[in-house]
Amino acid sequence: MTNAERVLDALGDPTRRTVFKRLRGGARSVGEIADGMDVSRPAVSQHLAVLKAARLVTDRAEGTRRLYVVDARGIDAVREWLDGFWDKTLAAFKAAAEREANKESKP
Amino acid sequence: MMTEQASSSSVDPNSVRKVVNVKAPPDVAWRVFTEKMGTWWPLADYKIGKAKAVDAVVEPRVGGRWYERGEDGSTCEWGTVLAWEPITRLVLSWDITADWQYDPNLKTEIELRFIAEGKNGTRVELEHRRLDRFGARRDEMRAIFETQGDWGKLLQRFARAAEA
Repeated sequence: MTNAERVLDALGDPTRRTVFKRLRGGARSVGEIADGMDVSRPAVSQHLAVLKAARLVTDRAEGTRRLYVVDARGIDAVREWLDGFWDKTLAAFKAAAEREANKESKP
Repeated sequence: MMTEQASSSSVDPNSVRKVVNVKAPPDVAWRVFTEKMGTWWPLADYKIGKAKAVDAVVEPRVGGRWYERGEDGSTCEWGTVLAWEPITRLVLSWDITADWQYDPNLKTEIELRFIAEGKNGTRVELEHRRLDRFGARRDEMRAIFETQGDWGKLLQRFARAAEA
């Protein structure tokens, strides 16, 4: 399974989407995530494990608490972004260079 | 097959590599890339100034500036020329953060090689490297992740499908 598929699977569940959205505001503990939701803490923990496997979420210990945050995986995200960026930009360059070559070969 | 092996053995998580085959001789490809960047660079999407960008300029020398020019005459730096070897090799520094802001301390690098292929063709190889230098900028990374990255787009598309 590719990571993109894992991401889709992980977010395919509406409760997991809610859990993920709650982390976008900053780091939270399981209790804070579960607070106000219609699911138990163990269930939230299960959902977090799936999100973590998809690299959507990561966790860290802070004192006696375990906090969950959105996983930035900065370089991965940037590489993906640049990959698309350069595809688009080089395609535009190719078209321009070929137009120019055509123009010059037909005086 | 040789090239496949060569490229797979040099996969670097710190860089993005691209190859494009252009049906134009190297001198034309070089000229269009360096002198006429403003005619093909997707300025509508990728520019940093407030003004509408009308040109992208690479000054033809080592140490030269690489910048966009706005319709009001203002300029915004993108980086500098690190190597200028017409018509085969160009290295530019790319000092643009992932959220499209200029930061002179960022200094990622883009190397371009123009390799003659056949009678009238050029193989253009691009490597954008030292991407770990983006790593220190977690906040921007997060912005990308959430708003404009491919991953972000994937999530948006998914969210739309999920809400339908």
